[in-house]
Amino acid sequence: MNLNANENANQESGKTMTTSVQPSSLSSVASANPQRTESQRAQGTGLETRGIHAWFGKNHVLSDINLDFTAGSVTALIGPSGCGKSTFIRTINRMHEFIPGAAMAGEVLLDGKDVYAPGVDVTKIRLQIGMVFQKPNPFPSMTIGENVLSGLKLAQLKVDNKDDLLEECLIRAGLWTEVKDRLDTHGGALSGGQQQRLCIARALAVRPQVLLMDEPCSALDPGSTLRIEDTIRELSDTMTIVIVTHNMQQAARVSDYTAFFLSEGGPGHMIEVARTSEIFSQPKDQRTENYVTGRFG
Amino acid sequence: MTHSTAVPTKPWAKKPIDYLRNLSFFLVAILSAYVVVAITPMKGKLGYAFTFFVAYAFITSLFALVSLGIPAAKDAFIKSFVALGAVMTVIPIVSILGTVLKNGLPGIHLGLFTHDMSMATPTDPIENGGLLHAITGTLTLVLLALIMSVPLGILTALYLTEIRGKFSGPIRFLVQAMSGVPSIVAGLFILSAVLYPIAKNYSGLMGALALTILMIPTVARTSEEVLLLIPNDLREAGTALGGTQWRTVAMIVLPAARSGLITAMILGVARIAGETAPILLLTGGGDKVNPNAFSGPLGSLPYYIWKSFNAGSPEAITRAWAGLLVLVLIILILFTLARTLSSRNVARR
Amino acid sequence: MSTPTVSIPAPREITTEPRRSDKVFRRIVTAGGLSSLVILGLIAFFLAYSGYEVLKSEGLKFITSADWSISTDDAGNVIDSHFGLAAMLVGTMLCSLVAVVIAVPVSVFSALFLNFYAPNWMKKILISIIDMMAAFPSILFGIWGFLVLMPSVEYWAKLINRYLGWIPVFEVNPYFFTRSPFVAGVVLAIMIIPIITSVSREVFAQAPLDRIQAAFALGATRWAMIKAVVIPYGRSGVIGGAMLGLGRAMGETVAVYTVLNVVFQINWHILLGAGGNVASLIILKFGDASPYEIKALMAAGLVLFLLTLIVNAAANFIVKRTGKSGK
Repeated sequence: MNLNANENANQESGKTMTTSVQPSSLSSVASANPQRTESQRAQGTGLETRGIHAWFGKNHVLSDINLDFTAGSVTALIGPSGCGKSTFIRTINRMHEFIPGAAMAGEVLLDGKDVYAPGVDVTKIRLQIGMVFQKPNPFPSMTIGENVLSGLKLAQLKVDNKDDLLEECLIRAGLWTEVKDRLDTHGGALSGGQQQRLCIARALAVRPQVLLMDEPCSALDPGSTLRIEDTIRELSDTMTIVIVTHNMQQAARVSDYTAFFLSEGGPGHMIEVARTSEIFSQPKDQRTENYVTGRFG
Repeated sequence: MTHSTAVPTKPWAKKPIDYLRNLSFFLVAILSAYVVVAITPMKGKLGYAFTFFVAYAFITSLFALVSLGIPAAKDAFIKSFVALGAVMTVIPIVSILGTVLKNGLPGIHLGLFTHDMSMATPTDPIENGGLLHAITGTLTLVLLALIMSVPLGILTALYLTEIRGKFSGPIRFLVQAMSGVPSIVAGLFILSAVLYPIAKNYSGLMGALALTILMIPTVARTSEEVLLLIPNDLREAGTALGGTQWRTVAMIVLPAARSGLITAMILGVARIAGETAPILLLTGGGDKVNPNAFSGPLGSLPYYIWKSFNAGSPEAITRAWAGLLVLVLIILILFTLARTLSSRNVARR
Repeated sequence: MSTPTVSIPAPREITTEPRRSDKVFRRIVTAGGLSSLVILGLIAFFLAYSGYEVLKSEGLKFITSADWSISTDDAGNVIDSHFGLAAMLVGTMLCSLVAVVIAVPVSVFSALFLNFYAPNWMKKILISIIDMMAAFPSILFGIWGFLVLMPSVEYWAKLINRYLGWIPVFEVNPYFFTRSPFVAGVVLAIMIIPIITSVSREVFAQAPLDRIQAAFALGATRWAMIKAVVIPYGRSGVIGGAMLGLGRAMGETVAVYTVLNVVFQINWHILLGAGGNVASLIILKFGDASPYEIKALMAAGLVLFLLTLIVNAAANFIVKRTGKSGK
């Protein structure tokens, strides 16, 4: 079953072969290889994390995550609950720091620049790194159209033709045909899956380079989940996507690369990262194999 | 395929015989109340109520004891007390609303809303004069207090829910303490801090300042509850879209809480509309419509009621009841408004 | 593949400054949030400042003596003055204690009724009625109490006196029942029942459902369940609610003034028609007070303010403890 899913994912994600970074470079020892880091910076491939640790108060929840996200790829983060996947992606767009008592260490490099560096405009970072949340959360006081364009208002961005942008974002999120006649109604009347696609459209409107998705389908039914997965695959042509998921079939279906996180009692850390097909067919680590074959977790 | 049609039943529901039994207990209790009052020195409404309650508690407990045993008897006995508590809570409300309606209606006439008391005294026939100055005065006071207390109340709530700074605990306590400040103390404070040293004269503004102090805690606490109901997801989504905290709060959190915040304001107004003590100290209470809230004595409903009540003649007392009726109606309307708004708020979510 | 041992770095300090608009926003909101502190501080300061002269000349006698008199010469100069709040303080205590003693059982029972006995439709109606009653103006309670309730309460007082008159607090001598602390207490009780009921109802509603169901599953009757689960859980919440009601009762002005006979003599007999009340004193004396007496009234206001502040602090402390101990 898993294997079949892998084959599909492989066929669909053939484009990853053309990217400049070899899959093997996506490993937990990346930071030990400064030359490669330099070369990547020059290429401006997007997003890299260097030695990310995270704490909640005294509680060390995430240890030493080094991951490079290839531009235009989908990376799935899998692992049991409480292994720090969500915390990790929240450190990427600096949502982590909103939790009282939160702390972090390490660097998140976006186009080679540390997003945690002093003087960085946090709100600009969050415009470049968009986020879709676990539960669909359209703004209740706004109509569907206002929801999609809310990011422009929030960040005070100017756009020449709002209607075009609105249509484009809704088309990319796969929602246009369903809502084009009722853009002035409130988003609350949509189904859960439609609401989540509305949230994706909303994130797209500010044109992020990276889209973080924190278990975007966990609150949705299987049909809606498939629609969102279609959307994710289409979006990956133009942006880097990081998706946290508990659903291994989903990881197999949508992602090019998969990283396996595990906590083993202490802080969560990354066991291994590789091409999705490798993770599911021939993982290097026994623990990964146990997890993907359903022997634990 | 054959299938028997299942009929939904509720085996636990009360059966007619249960209702009949309860009714008979009730009747027996009433009967025994009559008998006891007739043959003992106890008399009056209190006698009936007391013996009825004792008889009812006794009969139901006895039945439970015989049919189900001691724990059930205790349960039935306590149940009588619990019901008594509820009845004793409700009786005053019914009595208050009933008397206000009964005594206030005779004093209501159209002239109340078109005339003031500048040409009449409380002891005149009821047809003379009216409430116009009091109603406009109360509206003025409420409006001024609203303007001053709503920003402070909502900012306090925002501090507690959005900033969550290190003073959150103390401020939550202080708001609570402020809601316990006696209204007369608020009045004395404005008297000593503003009226004597600065303003020197009675005016509507002085009254409104004291009412503001009384209104802030209600607005702040209700707004805090409403803002806490706004899911954190929405704040995160706003921030993740590149919104600063200020823009997220202004464009997402506050609009999402809008009807709840209006409820908070309405409850605050209901809290202060009938407040009397500080009004007596600070507004001077004129008998003429005073369009200027910043100078000169300002009449208001509580002041009017107070003055008429203390005048003591039957006409004056009728005026006081009529004024109370108008005041209670205003508060009832505000309260119903707040209720419908907040229930609609919940329904949409 | 084994996990490489990692040396754990120190947490990074995030030095990014928030945007200016956010800084301004946070400053404004914080300033607004501090308004309650500022206002309470100003109240204490101005009342103390205005009452200072009297407090200084009366000293401790301001709260221990029961004498309240001022005499002036024809020019309005104060010749002699005695300001003591003792009778008013005792009266305030008596009225509010009577109110709390009556209101607490009634409120607890009606809160239990609302939570565990009433059918749903009745519950909704009752809750809105009771909440609305909490918003009724005190002048309404005062006038209703004076014109409607007082005759009945005097009758009850006579009954209590006839059967329980041997208990010192129920003694009445001379035989005079009108406008007694008991009457004021009953009116106050009716005013604070909605407050205590809604606090108790909220506390009872927080009693954990799983434990309630566990008690029922063990064969408990409804009362046995309430005694085993709800009361232990909500006890300190109810006490806190009672303290809140006490604070409200102590500061109530107009309603008490209407139904209470204010007498400058310490009286512990609750049924006797002679009482005292700090807030009523202020209303009573304010109308024709000389500037010097107004200062004394300000000092009385300060005492009342501090008294309610203490009671509220205690209430707050107790209610807060509920949440922690109950879980």
